[in-house]
Amino acid sequence: MKRARTFAIAFLALVTLACVFAGIVAPSGYAHQFRDIPGAGPSRQHWLGTDDLGRDRFSRMLYGTRVSLLLAPTAALLSSLLAAMIGGTAGFAGGWYQRVVMTATDLFLSLPWLFLLITVRALLPLNVSPITSVVITFTLLGCLGWAAAARVVCADARALRNSDFILLARASGANGFRLLHRHLIPNLMPVVFAQFWLSIPVFILAEANLGILGLGVAEPLPSWGSLLRELESYSSMSSSVWQFIPLLLLIAVVSCFHLLMTDRELPV
Amino acid sequence: MKKHCFASLTFVLLILSSAFAQSASQLRFCLRSEPKTFNPLLVEEDASDTVRYLTGGVLVRVNRQTQKLEPGLATSWKVSKDGRTITFNLRPNLKFSDGTPFSAEDVAYTVRQMMDPNLHSPVGDTFRSGDGNTEAKVLSANKVTITFPAPIAGLDRLFDQVAIMSAKSPKKEMAVLGPYYVAENKAGSYLVLQRNLNYWKHDASGRQLPYVDSVRLDIQQNRDLELLKFLRGEVDFVNSIDAEYFDKVTAEKPALAHDAGPSLDSEHVWFNQVPAAPIPDYKKAWFTSTSFRRAVSESINREDLARVAFRGHARPAVGIVSPANQFWFNSRLQPHPFDQKSALQRLERDGFKLQDGVLRDRTGHAVEFSIITNAGNKYRERMATMIQQDLAGVGMKVNVVTLDFPSLIERITRNFNYEACLLGLVNTELDPASVMNVWVSSAENHQWNPSQKTPATAWEAEIDRLMRAQASTLSDKERKQYFDRVQEIAWEQEPFIYLVIKDALSAVSASVQNAHPVVLRPQVFWNLEQFEMAQQVAEKK
Repeated sequence: MKRARTFAIAFLALVTLACVFAGIVAPSGYAHQFRDIPGAGPSRQHWLGTDDLGRDRFSRMLYGTRVSLLLAPTAALLSSLLAAMIGGTAGFAGGWYQRVVMTATDLFLSLPWLFLLITVRALLPLNVSPITSVVITFTLLGCLGWAAAARVVCADARALRNSDFILLARASGANGFRLLHRHLIPNLMPVVFAQFWLSIPVFILAEANLGILGLGVAEPLPSWGSLLRELESYSSMSSSVWQFIPLLLLIAVVSCFHLLMTDRELPV
Repeated sequence: MKKHCFASLTFVLLILSSAFAQSASQLRFCLRSEPKTFNPLLVEEDASDTVRYLTGGVLVRVNRQTQKLEPGLATSWKVSKDGRTITFNLRPNLKFSDGTPFSAEDVAYTVRQMMDPNLHSPVGDTFRSGDGNTEAKVLSANKVTITFPAPIAGLDRLFDQVAIMSAKSPKKEMAVLGPYYVAENKAGSYLVLQRNLNYWKHDASGRQLPYVDSVRLDIQQNRDLELLKFLRGEVDFVNSIDAEYFDKVTAEKPALAHDAGPSLDSEHVWFNQVPAAPIPDYKKAWFTSTSFRRAVSESINREDLARVAFRGHARPAVGIVSPANQFWFNSRLQPHPFDQKSALQRLERDGFKLQDGVLRDRTGHAVEFSIITNAGNKYRERMATMIQQDLAGVGMKVNVVTLDFPSLIERITRNFNYEACLLGLVNTELDPASVMNVWVSSAENHQWNPSQKTPATAWEAEIDRLMRAQASTLSDKERKQYFDRVQEIAWEQEPFIYLVIKDALSAVSASVQNAHPVVLRPQVFWNLEQFEMAQQVAEKK
């Protein structure tokens, strides 16, 4: 397991480095259209060929990975924090407050969130730059993705509230803030952390899904979602095997995150 | 002895059934949705229109290849000088598919039904020319005259859409006069049309049409699956395919791919010129400036759009009318050339300045706007991205926004909260009367500034005048002169910046004989009654 974890870390580090230095590594800009060679196969100039508009696929993959890898963890952090606050306080407080919060969470979970995202995205102002649009997309994902994690955190906080050491601390005269700060939060961290790691691939895939619907990151900025759109129809999936490389990268990155997460969970 | 008789009988039955199985020919293709109605007067969508085309008998038919009007159930017809009345002489001794005799009474009944305001017939709407009643008068068993309250331009061609219904048949709209009738309808799955044995049409050798015994219409929304079925030989043609599917067919079976040339469908972009739109005034000033629109138009490389976005299966658009519309197209007009130098000069004359790669207006605002289009249409998304790069060449910053279709429609028709929009127009009619609802300034579909009480500009007033003039004139020559001028004004003013005209692409199996795909809808099966299956031809030989 250790080897797998080391491999995962090394792979993620390599991908992260390549993305951070995309400006140096990429052979051309992600938006530049080589209109004379749309849909070209791999060559010296274009290692993964060009897309339908003649844009270098390798460059777009690097920049797209940067977008997805930078913003998916940020969205995951946002949703995990929301989950910790909402679920943690509900579980710790218990009683009617917990029931109200959990009912609201259940209602939130029952929403068709994909349609909600599409609707919210459609209501946003039109004149925003691609960078702003990508930030908005991931912020929305972060704001809407807390509910499932909040239930898990709430269950854990409820178990902790009734545990012996909390009872002992309470009996020793510890106030609510001290109980939260010294006892509850440190003990909730592993579950929140696990939810954080779990959310990253979920958000990457959610953005990819939105991208496939044409509602993700605005053109010409690439993301994994927009890269995967090339594979959305049977006619596009010709003999061009290199079109699958962004998909393989997505699978590899998500798998590495899962490996890291699984390994972190073991000692808990 | 009994055993011997039974064996002989079985043998004879087997031979008969196999002979029958060989001779019963079936053509298969896909509908993209379930037909919503079999009533030919209530047809609104493609699937019902397909069923109507294959089952309905019409008085006159537009030949999709020659674009000329040909006799159908009527052997001859005459439009009165005032353009309000049309008289049809009908073929004698015809019968509906269920055996009910056909007469002038049926034509009168159909017209009365069609014009009944309570029915809300979309077909009837195309005949509504003014206040008052439409009269259908039976002059004899084979002669009928129809009088409308006001003149209708291109009146006779409109009857191409009117499938005649029986006034007496107990089967109502299911009794038809076309080449096929609906024999089986499995909701959501398929439809089977059987050959109408009472169909009136015969080929030159006197053989009754249609040749193919039945048509199976599989309901298949997924276009990938439709193409796969075609490539596997499970369906016989794909009526209209997009550029990528076309290339796929060309790569695998080149002989089956058919490009009939430019279609009637165009793609265009327009700027929001609605005075009440919630956009800044300085942007409204750009969008209402002819120079700005012309400059944007000249900065777009249409050749590239056609070659890259549509893989070469499109061509630069000229204007309102496609060159495929042989009579009404104004051949004096050419597509606007790609010339960014000229565009910049035009912009400079209008007070714009290019500074450090950013175009600014006379008040110093950087030129930046968004183009919305519908999410999921990859051709439009590609075009928008290419336009984004083209306009960056003259210092304009364009944000491409893809929206789900209901949101997009909400913005362009109700709240007008958008700046520019890229969409397409699907044209099925050749006559300019069909675009009245777009080009007259009071029309709801006058998309850049709809439902105007009085024309906002002098050139819109002029278009209104010309469109009304062509609609009230009966001479095609005169109508063309008016409509040519409308095309010229639209070309000069560019309220719609026409981008490309898509090619009419289709795929037809080698097992189908006599198929000659054309640009007018229905592209492939316009002459389905003359289709023969290769198996039938072989058997005949």
